[in-house]
Amino acid sequence: MYRIVRKKVLNPTVKLIEVEAPYVARKAEPGQFIILRVNEKGERIPLTVADFDREKGTVTIIFQKVGKTTKLLGTLEEGDLILDFVGPLGKPTHLEGVKKAVVIGGGLGTAIAYPQAKKLYSLGAEVDIIAGFRNKDLIILEEELAKVCHRLFITTDDGSNGTKGFVSDILKELLDQGNRYDLAIAIGPLVMMKVVSNLTRPYGIKTIVSMNPIMIDGTGMCGGCRITVGGTTKFACVDGPDFDGHQVDFDEAIRRQSMYREEEKRSMEEHECKLGGGNNA
Amino acid sequence: MPNMSPNKVRMPEQEPELRNKNFNEVALGYTEQMAMEEAQRCLNCVNRPCVAGCPVNVQIPDFIKLIAEGKFEEAYWKIRETNNLPAICGRVCPQETQCEKVCIRARRGEPVGIGRLERFAADWYMANAKENSGKADGKAEKKNRKVAVIGSGPAGLTCAADLARVGYSVTIFEAFHDAGGVLIYGIPEFRLPKEIVREEVDTIKKLGVEIKTNMVIGKTLTLDELRKEGYEAIFIGTGAGLPSFLGIPGENLNGVYSANEFLTRVNLMKAYRFPEYDTPIKVGRRVAVIGAGNVAMDAARCAKRLGAEKVCIVYRRSEAEMPARQEEVHHAKEEGIEFKLLTNPIRVLGTDNGWVKGLKCIEMELGEPDSSGRRRPIAKAGTEHVIDVDNVIVAIGQTPNPLIASTTAGLETQKWGGIIVDEETCATSLEGVFAGGDAVTGAATVILAMGAGKKAAASIDKYLSQKAD
Ligand SMILES: Cc1cc2nc3c(=O)[nH]c(=O)nc-3n(C[C@H](O)[C@H](O)[C@H](O)COP(=O)(O)OP(=O)(O)OC[C@H]3O[C@@H](n4cnc5c(N)ncnc54)[C@H](O)[C@@H]3O)c2cc1C
Ligand code: FES
Repeated sequence: MYRIVRKKVLNPTVKLIEVEAPYVARKAEPGQFIILRVNEKGERIPLTVADFDREKGTVTIIFQKVGKTTKLLGTLEEGDLILDFVGPLGKPTHLEGVKKAVVIGGGLGTAIAYPQAKKLYSLGAEVDIIAGFRNKDLIILEEELAKVCHRLFITTDDGSNGTKGFVSDILKELLDQGNRYDLAIAIGPLVMMKVVSNLTRPYGIKTIVSMNPIMIDGTGMCGGCRITVGGTTKFACVDGPDFDGHQVDFDEAIRRQSMYREEEKRSMEEHECKLGGGNNA
Repeated sequence: MPNMSPNKVRMPEQEPELRNKNFNEVALGYTEQMAMEEAQRCLNCVNRPCVAGCPVNVQIPDFIKLIAEGKFEEAYWKIRETNNLPAICGRVCPQETQCEKVCIRARRGEPVGIGRLERFAADWYMANAKENSGKADGKAEKKNRKVAVIGSGPAGLTCAADLARVGYSVTIFEAFHDAGGVLIYGIPEFRLPKEIVREEVDTIKKLGVEIKTNMVIGKTLTLDELRKEGYEAIFIGTGAGLPSFLGIPGENLNGVYSANEFLTRVNLMKAYRFPEYDTPIKVGRRVAVIGAGNVAMDAARCAKRLGAEKVCIVYRRSEAEMPARQEEVHHAKEEGIEFKLLTNPIRVLGTDNGWVKGLKCIEMELGEPDSSGRRRPIAKAGTEHVIDVDNVIVAIGQTPNPLIASTTAGLETQKWGGIIVDEETCATSLEGVFAGGDAVTGAATVILAMGAGKKAAASIDKYLSQKAD
């Protein structure tokens, strides 16, 4: 069992928890992920390591309420226990030797991009961060991000804060202005990563995207996480989760992501129905 | 007087039309009466070919004699002398190619139902004697020396049990959240109830073996780090978990599963009880399972139970070459699984939205024997055809997972991933590191994995005893 030692609500749908998991904390690196299962009947879901503290033996994860598991996870408080927590899984991101980088985060992806920006910055790279959110209430980690970059650009879809528009609009502007990077890191919704990869392609800017497909084991034994990269099948959990954005078949990944949409809805409905029932009783 | 009936005493089973809609165990087991009657079919012959036919040399005629005499608990302990997991082996061993194959009674009629009797003895013990058995597993004096076992499948469990029994402090490191390996994530409930696996795992824990789950060796800890933590010897029993795909177009369409994923969802994650359990599974009206081993049979029978109207096995060779246990093929047929033999898939066809809608196949014929000794299937020109399906489950084999080999300098493996060991000692290319089971042989059987675990335990004991001097 793994204890939650800290919890922070970042915005109405995004929460942060710090979990006691000494073995994972000892090894974790930016870019890696963990798999957790909240309780006996729960699903195994992958979540990216957002931060770690080797001394305290804790790992921080940030998640958005999207399905039943993340919803349930969000109801846990400091002191509560998570049944299973395994990792660190996947390969760490290679960030050595980068001179100038642009780190692009979309929504929750910003939380996952944060440790990467932090590491790049600490390695001495010049870092621009572009972080996009739907509206101003959903902005997360603004202060933290500001500390690990040279320029921070915030966008909101509705213009309620920062620039109105998408992260890709800013990126395009920066590129048009003549900014050149030796690395772009894009983390967020598949569509966003696809758009960013398409933008950087003509400039030949190496672009790393972080894939987060449906997973079970996270060790390469089921193949459920397979994606097509450069025409060959890869298992995101062991070969990734980072891949070359210019090689990823995003359309296939988007399709595979939707495989259990009906079931996810059903699971959520049952869950809410039960909660409702409990209140009435 | 021996019972000279040419046939085994029939084992009660759930009716096919009933059982193909539930996940309860198919074979219901012998009653005491039936077991004693079947036990009397053993002639207690002088040569005892069955004992040599068993990879762990269970003293078969001896335990059967005890059953015939009604001494069920003694029969159980007789098996346990050489086999740590009798309730499991009685259910899943391929007896027809091992002990029962060489049974003298098989020359005229059916062999003695050795597997059924083994199962009976183990179940009887669990139900009637376990709680207050005067006899327990003897505990040796503690040696205060640590051994790490990686993987909690039959190889790891057996190795750990044997070492604990002679006094080592054994810790099993398991990647999944539950112990048992394929027994828990692969073989379905209706063939091997998970309660039984849990009981057998508990028996091993009672010997003092500690099981740490959620530990992916190679990621969470490396072999070197295990050594630094004071483990003087390491056994690798990580199985063959890497699913093979066909490499044909359309394999990444929605609705295509590896058998591993399909079975893990169903068995380990209990997707058959969705939405009570959170993990979903997608089973359409028509399902094709590619392959004809135990894994394929299990996947097909699960799909049927999950509501598919039509389930077919697609296999490129003929019935004679099918690697599955006879009993499973027989059960699958009874349950309405169709067999499309001498049929090879060449493409998965999809809808505009990217869901599976069909499997394009070509007919095959058998040519000369290939390197496996089986006749090589050859495509028959002009016989392409499409089978309409909503799901495709690929069950064409698994190879060892490279996770440990790729993070352990100096651990030698075969090209296909199997860890290279000395056949006599299970020693790998690294001192103090041993390996066995599917991780060495590639996908094989429970009993062979157990045999390897046993052999490795003996070598580890020898290695550590010598090292101490
Ligand atoms: C669906 C199916 C049906 C089968 N039916 C039969 C049958 O009827 N009869 C029969 O005799 N055989 C059958 N087999 C084969 C049999 O189950 C295997 O041969 C046997 O389980 C191998 O045992 P093992 O201990 O070597 O490995 P496994 O049972 O595969 O166990 C390996 C364990 O190691 C763990 N592991 C892997 N990597 C790591 C790591 N890096 N760190 C920590 N832990 C790790 C795995 O999670 C797993 O729990 C079947 C197999 C399958 C898949
Ligand atoms: S999650 Fe199972 S192979 Fe990647």
